[in-house]
Amino acid sequence: MNPLRPEPDGLTYLEQAARQEPVAQPVSAPTKEFKYVGQKVRRVDGHLVVTGKAPYTHDIKLEGMAWGKILRSPYPAAEITALDLTPALSRRGVLAAVKLTTGRVRYIGEPIAAVAAVDEATAEEAIQSIKVEYKVLPFVVSPEKAMEENAPQVLDSPNVQKLFEYTRGNIKEGEAQAEVIIERTYQTSIEVHHPAETHASIAQWKNGRLIIWDSTQAIFSVRDQIARSLNIPASQVRVIKKYMGGGFGSKLGLNDHTVAAALLAKEAGRPVKIVLSRRENAYCVGNRPSSRITIRGGAKRDGTLTFLHMKNYTGGGVGRGDRCSEPLIDIYRCPHVLVEEYSVFTNTCASRPTRAPGHVQGTFALEGFLEELAAELKMDPLELRRKNYSDKNLGDTGIPYSSKGLLECYRLGAEAIGWNRRNPVPGQAKGKIKRGIGMATQIWWGAGVPGTVADLKVYPDGSIEAICGTQDLGGGTRTYIAAIIADVLGLEPQDITVRIGDTDYPWAPSSGGSQTTPSVGPAFLDAALKAAKELKAIASKKLNCPAENVEIRNRRFIDKSKPENSLSFSDVARELRRVTVFHGERAGLPPGFAYNSFGAHFAEVEVDTETGRVKVLKVVAAHEVGRVVNRQTAESQVVGGMTQGLSASLFEERVMDEAEGRCVNTNLHDYKIATFLDIPEIITLFVDSIDPRINNLGSKGLGEPPRIPVAAAIANAVFNALGVHPAIIPMTPERILRLLRPKEEKP
Amino acid sequence: MPADKKRFKKGISRRDFLKGIGGGAVGTALSAHLLPPALASAGAQAGSPPLLSSKRITFSLNGKETTVEVEPAETLLHLLRDKLQLTGTKKVCDHGSCGGCTVLVDDQAVYSCLYPAFRVNGKHVVTIEGLSNGKDLHPVQQAYIDHDAYQCGFCTPGFILATLALLRQKASPSVEEIRAGLSGNICRCGNQAKILAAVKALASQKGGAL
Repeated sequence: MNPLRPEPDGLTYLEQAARQEPVAQPVSAPTKEFKYVGQKVRRVDGHLVVTGKAPYTHDIKLEGMAWGKILRSPYPAAEITALDLTPALSRRGVLAAVKLTTGRVRYIGEPIAAVAAVDEATAEEAIQSIKVEYKVLPFVVSPEKAMEENAPQVLDSPNVQKLFEYTRGNIKEGEAQAEVIIERTYQTSIEVHHPAETHASIAQWKNGRLIIWDSTQAIFSVRDQIARSLNIPASQVRVIKKYMGGGFGSKLGLNDHTVAAALLAKEAGRPVKIVLSRRENAYCVGNRPSSRITIRGGAKRDGTLTFLHMKNYTGGGVGRGDRCSEPLIDIYRCPHVLVEEYSVFTNTCASRPTRAPGHVQGTFALEGFLEELAAELKMDPLELRRKNYSDKNLGDTGIPYSSKGLLECYRLGAEAIGWNRRNPVPGQAKGKIKRGIGMATQIWWGAGVPGTVADLKVYPDGSIEAICGTQDLGGGTRTYIAAIIADVLGLEPQDITVRIGDTDYPWAPSSGGSQTTPSVGPAFLDAALKAAKELKAIASKKLNCPAENVEIRNRRFIDKSKPENSLSFSDVARELRRVTVFHGERAGLPPGFAYNSFGAHFAEVEVDTETGRVKVLKVVAAHEVGRVVNRQTAESQVVGGMTQGLSASLFEERVMDEAEGRCVNTNLHDYKIATFLDIPEIITLFVDSIDPRINNLGSKGLGEPPRIPVAAAIANAVFNALGVHPAIIPMTPERILRLLRPKEEKP
Repeated sequence: MPADKKRFKKGISRRDFLKGIGGGAVGTALSAHLLPPALASAGAQAGSPPLLSSKRITFSLNGKETTVEVEPAETLLHLLRDKLQLTGTKKVCDHGSCGGCTVLVDDQAVYSCLYPAFRVNGKHVVTIEGLSNGKDLHPVQQAYIDHDAYQCGFCTPGFILATLALLRQKASPSVEEIRAGLSGNICRCGNQAKILAAVKALASQKGGAL
């Protein structure tokens, strides 16, 4: 199951999770007395990564392992009329070949057949030898063209389909109350995830059980989906992922190549590894859907919003586009709202969640609209946002947020960027190189998933194992698990052996949607508190003092009233006499409250009006995510999200050749990603808060938040510099120059 | 030159690039001012005759003399990862665009995905596996941990070696020199600001034996 894609009932997995009844109430109130949690803790597994020893899926080699390659459609639309694997099978070194599809293919890169051979080169040559006959069909790859009346039909249903609609109040009424009304259109381009480690899987059948090593964010989803796909019991599948070179949403479910590896491994009778090429990564494993969002809305002269009407056409290839309206529906107080969103289908591969799906596009539009509305109202754009601030979700018409630190983000961010330095009127900047300052607001979910389980094993010698089937995407999961346990049990993080990334371990949700920390952290805190309780009871007997007098610190159990009366950790653990497992669980979310994270980014830019180049000078990222568990890795998450957002704002765009239906930038030379030369000064700020209900840690997820408001803040800064909003990302020099031309050509 | 410039604009394929190296002066001239440092050093290898059949080569790999048979079209990356099982060096773009496969050849950072394996004959190759003595981390490795200069860690071996090459060229580079020196490496997680902090800290420790 994909946590971010709506299920048939229209709710995303995250929303369903939020609606679940509480499994149990938190075992303890959030505690403030931590030594490591909330501080900067170095990664406990850093040495493995910096020495090149961390085992990524790409690096795994099994005894007798063969290499698989996939034959993919070279046409964006075609009927396969004949498919013959014999030429491949008769080649030397080829071990197995399987058909993956018959009939119609609808995008370049759709898998057709797969081959396993003794090495990668032999497999590559073998797939080229497969005989396929195609009846080439008309296609369309651009959403604009796909919306035209006589466009070739991509699926068996229309190219434009309703994705989502929402109404509250009556926009006619809101329109009547408005004193200023504006309408603007904003566009975002298709981005490709391009994780450093391309998608890869290794499949092995061992004693009737299928073992998969997969570069994935979701080991349990891969297990359940491949079991269904191959019609075998999920109990007979084990999925392992130890280290992964990035995913950003493109690795949240089962891939075709994983199924192919399993089928080939069965037929070849040996393990099969398939590693996608960079080109396959560009064509076949998803992207962020484009958006074309028009917002018509109005306000009173004092800035009070009266209505918002949003219409979105979003292109997700043969898959659905992204629902982009969530920020508009939720953040600002507004009584009358109408949302209409449409997916536009094209002959390109299906989109996948991309770090903060929908929110990135929706925020770009909503925050751009507010910036332009503020200019129209001659109002400070930050003041306009404060004016429409709300403590309840659904624009002040829903339930209260459990905690919301947005006003503090505004205050801290404005101070750090020097908000009063901006051009009071957009476009007032002088000279050929113009400076501007802009900001944008962010909202996301990230409450975590109730029912996440974790085991803490205490060995009689005092050593500790922490076990959970979660994934570390690079956020430092192992480190905060160790830090939480170390804090509760009076140990050091390096004392804890953390085992994750295996479906044979206790269940955890997929690592997407900012779910990991607020799911896994609380489960381990629960387990650690249970272990501490039992160990303290043992210690109190041995120390001959009441249990509430026992304190654990510096690897010792200490009688608080008589500190010299103490025992070592292992002296107490020995009394357990066997390996003892303490089960922890992430408790339920108390109903009646909305659980969201908040933040605001402030950007300062320089626009060269002669070359059209936008240079980002400084970004201040202020976030409220409840308790920050590890400041060291949290800062990296913010720096990374912000940098990815900058990259998408200025450079990233999948460019299609509409005549051939091909992607023209499939490598990392032509698909531009920000480099060291583009990195601005970055200031990371966290609002000091602990959510009182969300979980026993008081923490919200931080994966998506820093990725959300960046493009909007940068574009708004460009607006502040030039007086005209770019309204599209990436803001390439060409687009900026086009933006300036009509204005300068006016007599 | 105009023909080559045109080709460069279109983007250089691996084959074009190798041809460019074979072309001697053209390859070097191109790389000298247009390509990132790691590529420029690969261009400096111009002049070696092309290899027509497999060949036995001997080179120093992380200080150990290594003899191995290489194929004409084999890249150094393939030799390291697939033949010698040194999987610390990563394949990311396989196109000389991202620096993920960076290793040191005679102290120069090179993109091993573009570097012909046979050219390391008689040279010193250092990969990420060769930096630590097994007990203590190399100061660059330690700085990457201390400053949390990575997230997923996949580009990290390449970045660490590029950093080392940069600091061996100049012990205390300025911030702008660090930016330029590491601009041939891409961090998709976007952690450059943290990497910059790590390298700045190293640069300020003048005279450190790197």
